[in-house]
Amino acid sequence: MAIRVRIPTPLRKLTGEKGEIEAKGANISDLIEDIEKRHPGIKERIYDETGEIRRFINIYVNEEDIRFIDGNKTAVRDGDEVSIIPAIAGG
Amino acid sequence: MFEFTEEQIQRYSRQIILPEVGGKGQKKIAGAKVFLIGAGGLGSPAALYLAAAGVGRIGIIDADHVDLSNLQRQVLHSTATLNRSKVESARETLSRINPDIRIDTYNEKLTSENIMGLINDYDIILDGSDNFPTRFLVNDACYFQKKTLISGSIFRFEGQLTTLKGHLDQPCYRCLYPEPPPPGLVPSCQEAGVLGVLAGTIGVLQAAEALKEIIGIGSSLAGRLLLYDALQMRFREVKVRKDKNCPLCSEHPTITKLLEYQEYCSI
Repeated sequence: MAIRVRIPTPLRKLTGEKGEIEAKGANISDLIEDIEKRHPGIKERIYDETGEIRRFINIYVNEEDIRFIDGNKTAVRDGDEVSIIPAIAGG
Repeated sequence: MFEFTEEQIQRYSRQIILPEVGGKGQKKIAGAKVFLIGAGGLGSPAALYLAAAGVGRIGIIDADHVDLSNLQRQVLHSTATLNRSKVESARETLSRINPDIRIDTYNEKLTSENIMGLINDYDIILDGSDNFPTRFLVNDACYFQKKTLISGSIFRFEGQLTTLKGHLDQPCYRCLYPEPPPPGLVPSCQEAGVLGVLAGTIGVLQAAEALKEIIGIGSSLAGRLLLYDALQMRFREVKVRKDKNCPLCSEHPTITKLLEYQEYCSI
C-alpha cells in the first residue's frame, strides 16, 4: 500500500492532469522526492530556493497541516492521505 | 426594535418558520450589516441570497464595469447593464429582488487608505476579490477592526472557503497562508479560466456562512478550510490552526498597521 497524494489544479500539468497520485516515503520530504522522480518539476513548485516549503502552499496529512506537526519531517504511513493545497485568489 | 409588516412576514415566512431562525432570527438578519469585497463571481451569488434573505444593509465595493466576459458567472449583472459600473448594476438587481433593504455602493478601488473607514460600519465582511494583495489587505483590516471575515476563492474547477476570526482566538488568513505567492509563480489572470457555476457554489456557501454567523446557529467554518472540487464533485475539509507565530494575530505581531500591498495580476 502506498500513500495517496492529492495534487492541486495548478500543479496538475506536471502530473499529466492527474488529481491524485500514489507515492512512497517515510515522511513528507521523502514523499516529495519520490514524486519528483516521476513528475520532474514538482519539487521546485513546492519548495523555495532555500529548500523551505513555499509560504502560500500548505501540505496536510489527512486533516492536519504539517506546519503544526513536524513540517517536512512529518511522518506518513500507508493509508494516509496527503494533500498539497496552495492559496488561490480568484473571485 | 422594529416590527415586521404583514408583507415582510409573508416575504420571509419560509425562513421565519424554521425554529432555528424564527422572528428573532429574522430580526437579527434585518439588523445585520454585511460588506462585500467585489461584485464579481463570488460577490454576485452571495449578494443575491443575502438581499433575498433580508439582510438589512449590504455594502458593495467594486471599481470595475460590467464586461461581456463577466456574464458567464457574475449573475448580478446582465446584458442590459453592460458597460455600467458593477456596483450600480448590482444595486439595480438587488433592489428589484428586495426593495426593503439598504444598499451602499462604492465604485472605487479598495486600498490601505479607504478600507478601515469602509468596513467600520459593517459586522461581517465577505471577501470575493480576485487577487492576493486585496486578500491580505482585507484580512489585516478585518483583524484590526475585529470583524468576522468569510473568505471564498476559486480557481478553474476548485474552490476554497473558510471563516476567519483572528480577533477571537481563531485563525486569520495569515495563519492559513502566511504570504502571497511572488508574482509570476501563479498563472496570470488571462490564463486562469473558471467554471462559472463554481463561483455560484462558493459564493452561495459564503452567504450561508454569513447568515449562520448573523443568526448565531450551526457550526462555524472558523478553524476549518472547506475544499470543493467540481470535477470530482467532492467536498473535503482540513483544519486551520491559529499560528502562534502569525505575523498579524499572534501575541507578538510584526504587522501592527496596514501595509503597502503590492498590486499585480494573479489568481
